Amino acid sequence: MAEINWQPTCGIKQLRLRAQLLADIRRFFAKRQVLEVETPLLCHTTGTDPLLDFFSSDYRFLPQLQKMFLQTSPEFAMKRLLAAGSGSIYQICKAFRNSESGRFHNPEFTMLEWYRLDFDLFQLMDEVGELISTILAPRFPLKVIEKHSYVNLFEQITGLNPLLFSPTAYQTYASAQGFPEAADLCGEDHGLWLDFLFSFIIQPELGRQSVCLVYGYPALLSSLARVNPENPAITDRFEVFVDGLELGNGFFELADSEEQERRFDQENSERKTKGLPEVKKDQYLLAALTAGLPDCSGVAIGVDRLLMLLDNSQSIDDVLTFPIARA
Amino acid sequence: MATFSTNEFKSGLKIILDSDPCAIIENEFVKPGKGQAFNRVKIRNLKTGRVIERTFKSGDTVEGADVVDRDMQYLYNDGEFWHFMVTDGSYEQYQATAAVVDEAVKWLKDQDICTLTLWNDVPLAVTPPKFVDLVITETDPGLKGDTSGGGGKPATLETGAVVRVPLFVQIGELIRVDTRTGEYISRVKE
Repeated sequence: MAEINWQPTCGIKQLRLRAQLLADIRRFFAKRQVLEVETPLLCHTTGTDPLLDFFSSDYRFLPQLQKMFLQTSPEFAMKRLLAAGSGSIYQICKAFRNSESGRFHNPEFTMLEWYRLDFDLFQLMDEVGELISTILAPRFPLKVIEKHSYVNLFEQITGLNPLLFSPTAYQTYASAQGFPEAADLCGEDHGLWLDFLFSFIIQPELGRQSVCLVYGYPALLSSLARVNPENPAITDRFEVFVDGLELGNGFFELADSEEQERRFDQENSERKTKGLPEVKKDQYLLAALTAGLPDCSGVAIGVDRLLMLLDNSQSIDDVLTFPIARA
Repeated sequence: MATFSTNEFKSGLKIILDSDPCAIIENEFVKPGKGQAFNRVKIRNLKTGRVIERTFKSGDTVEGADVVDRDMQYLYNDGEFWHFMVTDGSYEQYQATAAVVDEAVKWLKDQDICTLTLWNDVPLAVTPPKFVDLVITETDPGLKGDTSGGGGKPATLETGAVVRVPLFVQIGELIRVDTRTGEYISRVKE
């Protein structure tokens, strides 16, 4: 009989590290009086983002059969709680993203998501920096919390203006950096060029010995983020990096129900162009926004990646019990 | 030939890139927080042996390469081609050019079993056995009594390959060589 590899891919040490990490996170929020909540993993609809692939399942509840979705993030449900008057909340849950698998990705992963009432983007960025540096302190003392605007950072590292699309300049730069294929791959797609250059050239440099927060992403890269009131070319969104690894994404949350619906429609038409199935707009979320979402900022952090940093792991499998191949 | 999506990329997969057959060595999935996912792939060009890195958009497809490895017995060299015969009893024969045989030439001895890599049924590369036994045709007499092998001396083998051997090994002796490193392993009793 063929040998069955039933054992976890992580060690007992990583089980303990994870338990400690979860306890540390809960202590961090308890101190700040942020309420822990739970929302469903299995939902009637999901996000429209054409770049997020979901899992779906059938719900047999006679007389009708309903299609249900495993959440890609708890965002919509948590916003409904905020609109219902929950106050600041956090959640540690599983999120699911189909076809994402690799050294830093498992299709099922653990997410920490939280929302802070009356926090602007910068206040939330401070809190994210504090949480991450507290958590990672035992392994590497990240004393510095850096904040960079996307546009400045991009210009500083590449010499290119991310808001001004110049295929020739982008192409010349990418070729010189050893990415001659970028031109074919990205063509005339400005957003794709930015994703490419950021992922392969900028990101690996970020967060060496620091928690690096990048804010003010170009509007063309940010589907659900609120456009910055002073500069419509950028959005009130940030990402956080440590050691070249992206840990999370934060927003000053869009509270306008009509604008949200417009984004859903726009993304659904992008889905159509790409030959992807349409996603039903989340009417619960739209109704909650209409009722009124308080001013808040929210962020989602990949817990498994935090654990990778804590454990100095090279692959997410090293900190998971049973990654998808063995689940 | 089949096409493969980036989701199917894994080490060892053979694909066509820039019209050449290539083998994937390493595949890394790269995705920004929000946005397009990519696959950064380390690839060996099976024709030239060169290793390059290339990026794909996740979800893109590439053409697979019909590349297979087959065990074959080396028969002879006719001055232009090296001839091999499949060992599965089919007596099927293949001929390979000097460019294909390449470095393997210095280890090829009649009747040894090699691995031929075929692309669309045409030889692409020849991999000699990991260990070959070859006769020494030329080497300095060396010092009597030295058995440690420290230092050693060059020896020319029947195929023309030159390897370093211990001082006590003499002309006419059969020795075993590791073809991956070109290192002497031991003497062989005939």
